[in-house]
Amino acid sequence: MTAHFLQIENLARRFPQPGSKEPTTVFEGVNFSIEKGEFVCIIGHSGCGKSTILNVLAGLDHPSDGNVIMDGKVIEGPSRDQGVIFQNHSLLPWLSTLHNVTFAVRARWPNWSRAKIREHSVNYLEMVGLGEVLNRKPAQLSGGMRQRVGIARAFAIEPKLLLMDEPFGALDALTRGVIQEELLKIWARTHQTVFMITHDVDESVLLADRVLLMTNGPNARVAESVIVDIPRPRERATLHEQPGYYPVRNHLVEFLVRRAKTLASAARDTDPRHTPRTVNPVKPDTFPPRPALVRSG
Amino acid sequence: MLANLNLRAAIISITFLIVTLGLWQLATAPEALIGAGELSEYELLMGGASQPSGIPAPSQVFSHAVDELSRPFYDAGPNDKGIGLQLAYSVGRVMAGFGLAVLVAIPLGFVIGMSPVLNKAFNPYIQVLKPISPLAWMPLALFIIKDSNTSAIFVIFICSIWPMLINTAFGVAAVRNDWLNVARTLELSKLRTAFTVILPAAAPTILTGMRISVGIAWLVIVAAEMLVGGTGIGYYVWNEWNNLDLASVIFAILMIGIVGMLLDGMLVQASRFVRYQD
Repeated sequence: MTAHFLQIENLARRFPQPGSKEPTTVFEGVNFSIEKGEFVCIIGHSGCGKSTILNVLAGLDHPSDGNVIMDGKVIEGPSRDQGVIFQNHSLLPWLSTLHNVTFAVRARWPNWSRAKIREHSVNYLEMVGLGEVLNRKPAQLSGGMRQRVGIARAFAIEPKLLLMDEPFGALDALTRGVIQEELLKIWARTHQTVFMITHDVDESVLLADRVLLMTNGPNARVAESVIVDIPRPRERATLHEQPGYYPVRNHLVEFLVRRAKTLASAARDTDPRHTPRTVNPVKPDTFPPRPALVRSG
Repeated sequence: MLANLNLRAAIISITFLIVTLGLWQLATAPEALIGAGELSEYELLMGGASQPSGIPAPSQVFSHAVDELSRPFYDAGPNDKGIGLQLAYSVGRVMAGFGLAVLVAIPLGFVIGMSPVLNKAFNPYIQVLKPISPLAWMPLALFIIKDSNTSAIFVIFICSIWPMLINTAFGVAAVRNDWLNVARTLELSKLRTAFTVILPAAAPTILTGMRISVGIAWLVIVAAEMLVGGTGIGYYVWNEWNNLDLASVIFAILMIGIVGMLLDGMLVQASRFVRYQD
């Protein structure tokens, strides 16, 4: 019925509320899809359930409603097909940089020889520029280096879907910029399918093929799917010179500042499936807005 | 600066030792040295014969220690064994009881730590059994086991199990969710997760429990051996008390302290291997 690589159907998550029989609905009616090799960012204000969606995709959380279908199979639990990079690196502090990666690689390919596991791991660590610090423990690395180990570990197991939960949220702006470029490089080489949460509009414009915008919670949903129509390879230094940069950026900022809130209450009744509207701010005429959303927005 | 700090600490430490030993020597000196006074009424009654059984001076203890330590492993019958031999008996019992406790407490602590249900289920028993003085088990142990040596080992076992059990369960339950999620997304089996993620993560906490346990075990063995008799440093102390040989008693007290320190030091060394910086 569908040819999408990853299909999220009518996803909802409700949490029981203390002192009330009515559960809180964090998000509901979330529908979107991701193609193979696509880099998709999701942005929304705190509390809209981005992390919960990511955890559901990772199989670490279960939806109250709806399905996630990846490569024709329903995701029911965590697996090696979904790699996760958490916000706080989550390296094992008693293992060295290299062993943090080999640990994951050995779990992924148990039949590989020791030498092959090492070579594969070193290769990915060199891709993020950590070839020199293989034997250091995470505590002896800077915050940025730790996060890079996490990236190398996640890419090294070559998951079908790579999930990143604000991977650079804890880093300072300068380090973040450097690692974003490294992420772009490693992604260009591997063409990994990526789903990433971010709070940073510029980060999403730099990295993503498409940005999903969420309305505010509770009862949040994915309102728009914004195409980032900027050619690759992109570079941080020249990104703002691209003709598509400001239209996309302004569209995202405008949504987050104004419409995330107003849309949260409106339009819920008009479209039961809440299919996100596809927008291309660079070529606004490509996807004409649907009447229902024009009325409410 | 560090050398300076060490030097100052050493000076204070040595001064303290000299002053303490000096006061001790003075306080226990024969009265003739302090200035012979009149004999008290009690001493008159005793014919002035109470001196030899008084508190020995540090010099006496020292010469006794040199004598004992020059032949630590002699064995001249049940009531006359070298201090090394007695300590070896005690350490052997502690190791046996402690080792058994490790074998029980760590796997059990793992299971309890991993399962909130079992944690709740076992907690009342642990809380009741933990504060029982290990020596209170002694009569029961002697009656059931009918062997004084095994009973002493049992008492060591029962007193060292609790800190290890509680610390292991706590350490395992407190393993960070992030690390467990890493294991889950890598689809590690339960057993591999336990050995490659939970065990190293909880190891420092477990080692702390082991340190507390071995400390308690060494405290308890002295008392237990006073009860069961026969061999061991506890029996030696009690025996020398019965002989009113206080120089031996003081010497034994010092040796108990030193061996206890070494036992703790060994576990401190072990904990260096498992320590990690977060």
